[in-house]
Amino acid sequence: MMTKKTEEKIFKVLMILSTSIIICCLLLIMGTVLIKGLPTLSIEMLTEVPQGGYYFGKGGGILNAIVGSLYLSLGATFLAFLIALPVSLYMNVYLINKNKLLNLIRYLLDLLWGVPSIVYGAFGFIIMVYFGLRTSLLAGIITVALFIIPIMIRAMDEVFKTVPRGLIEAAFSLGSTKSETAFKVFFKQVVPSVVTAVLLSFGRAIGDAASILFTAGYTDSIPTSLLEPTATLPLAVFFQLSSPIPEVQNRAYASALVLILIILIISVLARIIANKNNIKTVVNKRFIYYKNIRNNYNLSYKKRAKTKNKLKY
Amino acid sequence: MKATETEIKINNLNVFHGNHHTLKNINIEIPKQKITVILGSSGCGKTTLLKCLNRLTDLYSNIKVKGEIIINGEDILHSKEDITDIRRKMGLLSQMPYPLPMNIYNNIAYGLKISGRNKKKYLNKRVEYYLKQINLWEEVKDRLKDPASSLSLGQQQRLCLARGLTVDPDIILADEPTSALDPVSSNAIEELFLNLKQHYTTVLVTHTLRQAKRIADYVVFMYLGEIIEQGPADEFFNNPKMDKTKSYLGGTSN
Repeated sequence: MMTKKTEEKIFKVLMILSTSIIICCLLLIMGTVLIKGLPTLSIEMLTEVPQGGYYFGKGGGILNAIVGSLYLSLGATFLAFLIALPVSLYMNVYLINKNKLLNLIRYLLDLLWGVPSIVYGAFGFIIMVYFGLRTSLLAGIITVALFIIPIMIRAMDEVFKTVPRGLIEAAFSLGSTKSETAFKVFFKQVVPSVVTAVLLSFGRAIGDAASILFTAGYTDSIPTSLLEPTATLPLAVFFQLSSPIPEVQNRAYASALVLILIILIISVLARIIANKNNIKTVVNKRFIYYKNIRNNYNLSYKKRAKTKNKLKY
Repeated sequence: MKATETEIKINNLNVFHGNHHTLKNINIEIPKQKITVILGSSGCGKTTLLKCLNRLTDLYSNIKVKGEIIINGEDILHSKEDITDIRRKMGLLSQMPYPLPMNIYNNIAYGLKISGRNKKKYLNKRVEYYLKQINLWEEVKDRLKDPASSLSLGQQQRLCLARGLTVDPDIILADEPTSALDPVSSNAIEELFLNLKQHYTTVLVTHTLRQAKRIADYVVFMYLGEIIEQGPADEFFNNPKMDKTKSYLGGTSN
């Protein structure tokens, strides 16, 4: 029979192994993109739009895709935010006593979250055809917004759920109406997590290729109106990588690098803002308070008498 | 001693959590401008009873409330009056202080602002008044713009009490307000209750017998959702009638 010790060892090795595999994968991805992309990445690539023959290795850059991606994801994030914030506030302040309905809504949103983005793309395409829109920035923005709304709502909702009920009760017992509770109290408490949710969704929006394949199109120029098609970074990667010319392929990696950098900046921002979370400070404070009590209790009787006067709550 | 008026009259109150019968046939007359202590061990329905009084039970799914709670001649459970007006008549102090996510000044000013009093001068004056009333002014007057969460728990609890007073309630509901506090802060809160007694009707939930003895005028003793015994404090503590009361009093007061 296996002893407990060997069992323990086997599981430990297994866990270390799987952790290292996943970290190695990440490093490999980053490494490949860096090694292949970094030498090709140049000021020219970041500041110029493709010139004639760009896709055969001639001069130019991917500014069209960078700007297009930013336009598209900023627009989509803004549009999604306008819908996601009211929904999540509604769920957590107005529907607070309707557990069954809430569970149903959350379940549906999770389903939507799970729908592959290519399906959103196809759906967006049908709507476009119905309204007679051509592939355009607008169509892309709407499709991507639809795609990230469930993500944004659930990201907000998960944090909104953790707002202590006591705070909501306190607001209500002061005679606040539901909208006062939602916007003057609840919203203030969750601002940092709202920002995090928005940035997270922005990251998803800028990185997705499938939903914009049919809807935003692709072009070599920077769009000047909502009704023009637009290039995007994920599609820039896709098109350049499918080229047989090695130089162009390397440009795909450089584009991927730019995309990764943008997402990296966004997620670092999200981190910094989340760390300023004021829910956290309240929790920490309570934790310290209890720790003080416990420490005080654990001290020897003599010491306790001494420190008694020092502790301030 | 003059005959006391009744502030809140509870008739045949029954509360169900799903299938669980949480409160059974509660009848209480809560006297005006006295401290009524609801006493009982954990899980006997004290907090639920308190939440019925300002209808915070509305915020929970599958709670059913039946019966009558009459305040100022009106049954608040079936009232057509706006629920926010009913709640505004009562200040709530919960187990843990939950300061609003704003600075100290705005925590007090919030109640005034939502009832439509927005003038800067007036607000300044009232904020000082309320903070003095709870003996917090001296401690915080130099840092009114700090977030309320930077205060100690004891200070936060007092701030919450003041916040509740800003909407001019007739009644203060307190749900084990000192259970998370150290003895010094607890004493401060208890003293505040005694001082405020002449202006407000106080309903205090506690499981601490000693606290009840110190401040109660009228005691309601509950056990598993039922009222076992109620009466004026002297009578209740010195001459309990029911066996359960006797054992509770005997079991915890050393």
